[in-house]
Amino acid sequence: MSHPSSETLVRECLKQIEDQNVSLNAVLSVSSTALEEAQQIDVARARGDELGPLAGLPILVKDNILVQGWSNMASSQVLEGHHSAYDATVISRLKAAGAILLGRTNMDQFGMGSSTESSHFGPTKNPWDITRIPGGSSGGSAAAVAAGFAPIALGSDTGGSIRQPSSMCGVVGLKPTYGRVSRYGLISLASSLDQIGPMAHSVEEVMRVMQVIEGKDPKDGTSVALAETSVPELMNPSLKGLTLGIPKEYFLEGMDAEIKRLVMEAVEELERAGAKVKEISMPHVEYALATYYVLMPCEASSNLGRFDGLRYGYHSSGTNLWDTYERSRGEGFGPEVKRRIMLGAYALSAGYYDAYYRKALKVRTLIKKDFDDALKQVDAIVTPTSPSVAWKLGEKFGDPITMYLSDIYTITANLATVPAMSIPCGFSQGLPVGLQIMGRPFDEETLYRIGMAYQAKTDWHKREPV
Amino acid sequence: MPLTSDEITHIAKLARLHITDVEVEQYKQQLGSILEYVQKLQEVNTDDVAELQHALDVTNVFREDVEVTCDPEVRRRAIENFSSRSGDLLEVQAVFEGRTE
Repeated sequence: MSHPSSETLVRECLKQIEDQNVSLNAVLSVSSTALEEAQQIDVARARGDELGPLAGLPILVKDNILVQGWSNMASSQVLEGHHSAYDATVISRLKAAGAILLGRTNMDQFGMGSSTESSHFGPTKNPWDITRIPGGSSGGSAAAVAAGFAPIALGSDTGGSIRQPSSMCGVVGLKPTYGRVSRYGLISLASSLDQIGPMAHSVEEVMRVMQVIEGKDPKDGTSVALAETSVPELMNPSLKGLTLGIPKEYFLEGMDAEIKRLVMEAVEELERAGAKVKEISMPHVEYALATYYVLMPCEASSNLGRFDGLRYGYHSSGTNLWDTYERSRGEGFGPEVKRRIMLGAYALSAGYYDAYYRKALKVRTLIKKDFDDALKQVDAIVTPTSPSVAWKLGEKFGDPITMYLSDIYTITANLATVPAMSIPCGFSQGLPVGLQIMGRPFDEETLYRIGMAYQAKTDWHKREPV
Repeated sequence: MPLTSDEITHIAKLARLHITDVEVEQYKQQLGSILEYVQKLQEVNTDDVAELQHALDVTNVFREDVEVTCDPEVRRRAIENFSSRSGDLLEVQAVFEGRTE
């Protein structure tokens, strides 16, 4: 069978977007040059030119990753009128690999949310049930991949923002190890937690995109040089020699019984492939959410200081400079963003710094130690990605704590800096459920191996919303 | 443990955020309940535990001290984003004028 042309592929994606985006609101804008770029790739292919590893492949991009000339806004009014001056490193690498950047996807403002409802552009809907949220904050990217708007989308993950929507929309999403992918050109939320990662239907596609975007970047001092991944070795369907840890703290009384059943069935599938399973304990995990909700707002309140209403984006003139700052920020940021900036400013203010920020940094050390200890005994840790399936639009909006609790299984990987991937493992009430696999720092290879072995035996990732 | 109106107004000032009276009332409750939740951290014994200051175990990432000029296209686009400009300079209101604090 001949390779479908890139033009055909892009046209199919554009058709899906045209037909369904009105109801899903997953894509914010479509590139005007995508079709032309695809045609050029086809011409080059026909000519026999050497092409990049992702040549002609359409990829959607979360609205907080800069593409030169695009009106990236992190889905917040405070960046209204902003046009990106430069490409994020992941974007320049994708372009060099021949990928077609198809458009911007919707997100919670600045990545602050778990439902994509806090977007300035309105909520994205879940393709499996449009009365429900797609998860968040990369909800636009997850919904877009699930609905066939593009085979691949980029997301970003600070506390679960790639994995939780991937779980709720039935796609694969990887949060790489901190430092594996350059953050240059990603609009920062919390710099010690943020990572960019791919979302797609299959683990293999995720891996192929990672091979292009990962690695050291002089423009991000926290990015790390990597050894090359040996792909053929990873295609081995046997998981013999691997031990998986099941942390008892993630499977507490009162958890969703159907999600527990599906996750344990997936674990049995991995056992049949040759993996051993062991119960482990991570005693500080129960403090992860509280740790996160101190550290993330502190870092965010500092990072979002750059939005001054002067250098880019929304500007509201006041009587003096101070007044202009306060008006531009007060009017431009959405409610959840302001809430977190306020929380961070409070926790960092004189008299509270030790009790909140310093304390949380110490507990983060203990959580990381739990992971280090566990990953000495086992090769990977398996849990649900999300404590529930996608909920109804509006159900948790306006109740911050309830919303925050939906990230309880995912935030630990960011705090501990480890890689974590969500893969579809079944359906509950007709809605997708995700299995989360977490590994040792910079050992994404083991996650790929487990994920590919699982997807070779199951077809959950091939199901499509009607 | 709701915060007081004065505390909220003070934090908003530190964060350079104009907030309305309605928002002051909302934040008193919401920030209060979040702070109450994170109090949970005080249960953990962290004596002799170091702070996790860096996500990665790297220090002093150096580069050669050579001048790298900005791509003129990037420069042009960055300047076009300014809210107000004088030639290629960002124009802002006076920084110290009329300040009482």
